[in-house]
Amino acid sequence: MITITDISKWYGSFQVLADCTTAVEKGEVVVVCGPSGSGKSTLIKCVNGLEPVQKGSINVEGIEVTDKSTNLTKLRARIGMVFQHFELYPHMSVRENLCLAQEKVLRRSRDEANAKAEALIDRVGLLPHIEKHPGQLSGGQQQRVAISRALAMDPIAMLFDEPTSALDPEMINEVLDVMVELAQDGMTMMVVTHEMGFARKVADRVVFMDDGRIVEDRVTDQFFDHPESERAQDFLGKILNH
Amino acid sequence: MNYNWNWSVLFEEEYLGWLISGVGWTFAVALVAWVLALAVGVLVGVGRTLPSKPVAFICTAYVELFRNVPLLVQLFLWYFVVPEIVPDDMGRWLKRDLPNPEYVTAVIGLGLYTASRVAEQVRAGINAVGSGLTNAAYANGFSTAQTYRYVLLPISFRLIVPPMTSEFLTIFKNSSLALTIGLLELTAQSQQIAEYTFQGFEAFTAATVIYVVIALGATLIAQLLEKHTRIPGFVGKA
Ligand SMILES: Nc1ncnc2c1ncn2[C@@H]1O[C@H](COP(=O)(O)OP(=O)(O)OP(=O)(O)O)[C@@H](O)[C@H]1O
Ligand SMILES: [Mg+2]
Repeated sequence: MITITDISKWYGSFQVLADCTTAVEKGEVVVVCGPSGSGKSTLIKCVNGLEPVQKGSINVEGIEVTDKSTNLTKLRARIGMVFQHFELYPHMSVRENLCLAQEKVLRRSRDEANAKAEALIDRVGLLPHIEKHPGQLSGGQQQRVAISRALAMDPIAMLFDEPTSALDPEMINEVLDVMVELAQDGMTMMVVTHEMGFARKVADRVVFMDDGRIVEDRVTDQFFDHPESERAQDFLGKILNH
Repeated sequence: MNYNWNWSVLFEEEYLGWLISGVGWTFAVALVAWVLALAVGVLVGVGRTLPSKPVAFICTAYVELFRNVPLLVQLFLWYFVVPEIVPDDMGRWLKRDLPNPEYVTAVIGLGLYTASRVAEQVRAGINAVGSGLTNAAYANGFSTAQTYRYVLLPISFRLIVPPMTSEFLTIFKNSSLALTIGLLELTAQSQQIAEYTFQGFEAFTAATVIYVVIALGATLIAQLLEKHTRIPGFVGKA
């Protein structure tokens, strides 16, 4: 469903991505990990065209993201994205956060949007908070709202960029649980995360990045049990030992 | 000092009338110029944050030009120079047929100058919202226009209420410069009362008090506005 072919990207003369190739099939969960600054966020932002690439191509369900003539707005409406710092609309209630794009982008009726919003918010256990503003919720609650906001658009795939990195430890699981459930429901997911427990549990493949390159792209168990590169071994050693 | 205080001149019908008319013109200039400044300032401020290089360039040029030339010079340029350098027909119309030329010129001069200051506040407000929310709005499927309309502008407008209040107060104070092109606003009328009655202290005290009252009123309104638009639980990044 998502095919990334040989993409490279530069910020000025600094190369962030170098010849990256990978793919996410329908219903697959792919975890992207790697040291800080390795280009994970950049890679995932290229998938819905938030960042342009200078070389290579990205295809999402037959649509060329990297093609200049592609209507990115239309494509983005069909791909959900969740950010490290939630990025909820702070001036709107949870309900409005979930309804806005449904109404303005998908042109759903107010009733239809509301029904969808309530159902999704109920699923993540936040129905009693639906009239609150994001600033009145905990980080874990905000991230669950952010996931629901993305799901309200009935996305064909979901992108996550370190969804639990900004959370206090005791809130990580409430967010991961929602993501696990989503994965088990068959959602196509590309997840940048350092939560290796999550990766082991639901990821079909793990992509390991270093210095803008995809160093490993392996079936999950193989990645954890027999990482090939020294870099990945190092990384796993550090991350699993604490 | 041998000064005969006589506050009652301020309440003599003729002079009271002048003061009231002065206040009227001050409001007429400041408020209409403010509307112009908001309209142009928001457009220019937004323009500076757009990805389009030419648009951002034009908007930056506007701000630098209007913000850096002294307001008094701008008023003189609009009043004395512009009618001479536009095509003949238009110049003639400006000089002969434009109704109330002092007023119109003051509104345009003050409005376009203040617009450059408003634009800077708007730009700062939008930048303070940050790229994270902008990306989130795009990722949510919004177009650039929708992202501004529903996310960036509503948040940045709340962030910039305090500096905008001070711009609003400044436009009242700056409106007094319109007397230099002959508009009989509050300061000009007090000066006139001083000349006619030789009661300059009373006349200018009256003007001062009126300016202060206007400022207090505007500040109060701004505080109400700020309270009314406050976002629960939100602390701005500005
Ligand atoms: N707008 C930008 N301009 C210049 N350099 C950038 C920009 N954004 C990111 N970079 C650089 O590109 C590199 C990759 O950034 P990226 O955010 O993709 O890394 P990451 O793997 O997500 O790291 P982290 O784990 O810290 O989030 C970093 O070295 C970063 O400094
Ligand atoms: Mg990152």
